[in-house]
Amino acid sequence: MNASNPLPLAATQRPAPRERARLLRSALPGVSLAVLLVAIFIMQPRAMSYLGLNLMLNLAVPIALATMAQMLIITVNDLDLSLGSFISFVACVAATVLGPHPWLGSLALLGCIAVYAALGALVHGRNLPAIVVTLGMSFIWMGAAILLLPSPGGAAPAWLQGLVRIKTPLLPLAIFVCMGIALLMHAFLARSTLGVILRGAGGNPQAIGRRGWSLLRIKAGLYGLAGTFGVLSGLFLVGLTTSADANIALRYTLLSIAGVILGGGEFVGGRVSAVGAVLGALTLVLAGSLLSFLHISPDWQIGAQGAILILVLALRAGVNRLEARP
Amino acid sequence: MKAHSFRRVLLCTALSLAPWLAQAATADKTIALSNNYAGNAWRQNMLASWDATGKQAVKDGVVAQVDAFTTAENQATEQAAQIQNLILQGYNAIVVDAASPTALNGAIKQACDAGIVVVSFDGTVSEPCAYRISMNFKQSGVAQMDYLAQRFPQGANVLEVRGLAGVSVDELIHSGIVAGAQKYPQLKIVGTVNGNWSQTAAQKAVAGVLPSLPKVDAVVTQGDDGYGTAQAFSAAGRPTPVVIFGNREEELSWWKQQRDAHGYQSFSISSAPSISSLAFWVAQQVLDGKQFPHDLESPAATVTQETLDASLQGLPKGGIVSQPVSVDDLARLKPAATAAN
Repeated sequence: MNASNPLPLAATQRPAPRERARLLRSALPGVSLAVLLVAIFIMQPRAMSYLGLNLMLNLAVPIALATMAQMLIITVNDLDLSLGSFISFVACVAATVLGPHPWLGSLALLGCIAVYAALGALVHGRNLPAIVVTLGMSFIWMGAAILLLPSPGGAAPAWLQGLVRIKTPLLPLAIFVCMGIALLMHAFLARSTLGVILRGAGGNPQAIGRRGWSLLRIKAGLYGLAGTFGVLSGLFLVGLTTSADANIALRYTLLSIAGVILGGGEFVGGRVSAVGAVLGALTLVLAGSLLSFLHISPDWQIGAQGAILILVLALRAGVNRLEARP
Repeated sequence: MKAHSFRRVLLCTALSLAPWLAQAATADKTIALSNNYAGNAWRQNMLASWDATGKQAVKDGVVAQVDAFTTAENQATEQAAQIQNLILQGYNAIVVDAASPTALNGAIKQACDAGIVVVSFDGTVSEPCAYRISMNFKQSGVAQMDYLAQRFPQGANVLEVRGLAGVSVDELIHSGIVAGAQKYPQLKIVGTVNGNWSQTAAQKAVAGVLPSLPKVDAVVTQGDDGYGTAQAFSAAGRPTPVVIFGNREEELSWWKQQRDAHGYQSFSISSAPSISSLAFWVAQQVLDGKQFPHDLESPAATVTQETLDASLQGLPKGGIVSQPVSVDDLARLKPAATAAN
């Protein structure tokens, strides 16, 4: 660079490549999703239709909702290992109680959210590791689900089944729902004052605490919101499958974590992106479809799915280095 | 005229091919298997049977393409997504070994609505538009207790090894065991563990519960758990009870060895893994326009003291007693008593 007159130049020129890297970084989830979609459309032109998109994406909505729940927990530096069994439990409640006794069912679901908020308070108040608390809770949710529905069955209320099957114009419901969640949560977390404080509670809790905000209430609130998204995920899922099973969503625990990370979130508190998380969830779902269309032998599919994950993360690590370069 | 003779040649060819064509009306059809789990001997044998039948059928020109897809994590949501992908790929029939009898119903209905023939087997689905082929699991539980009642007319302490909690097959076999215990009050269930249909898991679970149990005379099982159970007893230094087996090669070999050493007697019952081939032929025949009841019962395969040697003959290592299935075997299928049992 210009050694004779470094100061003004540094001020005007240096931010440019860093800005570009940051832009690249936030575009990465979208770009990887677009690449996947194009690959799928080339492999299977039939997928490029209303029916095709609907078939590929409708099961992505509960995963996107679960990813959103996980993202809220990751915002405050915690990890929720009970999310999958929680969603299974919600699905079991919806398939058994909600139909015949709507009030009791709704009350139970509200109770679930309250339990989540209480968990947040417990984790903060007693200074417990969230991983251990939620791991314990995962067995409790799972046991409760088996007690409620010892063998698979039940039926989702008809209104719920109808709701998730609405045929929206132009694009399938799944796409509108995903866009809605992503934009709403982005507006809340990245644009509102409260959102900034919530993220700050993950990034620098001391600072937020010193400013007079109650960290207990922040954590309880975030956990409660995560519980709400968990409930929505379970309801949407059971609407699609029409009946439940105590093991129905166990996979969502790890999928949701992978979705958040794929979407640009980090285990360092406060660094999360709502739009990225939804895109990450969609990427995971579509990666499965692509592998299936490629006729990859089942023995290799798990590995191939992992390889896609590592590839995207490696790309991000590259972008991060670009960003860190002075 | 040239065109005329050409037409005649065509006609002759068509006539000579007529008997062939009658069988190969499904020659342009494609069939896919959606399988939820491949992690034990039964599933491996089931997949091998599907593969063999499918390859032969393609070679004979009965169908155009036969594929198998297994989900990575044995999860209903994953399998539902897989079935939706299969619909997109335009298969004419989808054969399903389901992770859950109910959680796939949404996807199964979508397949039916798209005009796809859906045949479920082993792990069946409750969606009415699909076909179900299954062994009578409850009856297999009762059969185990029948055998024990005849072996122990004076009564016996029985340990029950169950499968995966929350899975319908486990619940069905268990209900058969319970019904048997009511039928023969002298057979007392003294303990229950979950062996998760895996020899190692069963061995661990039984070893864990053994110290708390009185003398155990017999063990009822669900398959892929008898050998591990027997190992747990011998490791604990307890007398080997009568373990009911599930037709696995290692179990039968162990049984034969014990029989030769000190006259050990037992009984073995399980679903034959060739049920996947049966499901293939049902799908092919339905595509061909044949009518079937939607609930079909496949026969259980049993091994007794008398048939032990014959059953072990030619059974490969890691194999399961099975019989090859051809399209003619469909005639032997009985309609099941109740829908989805």
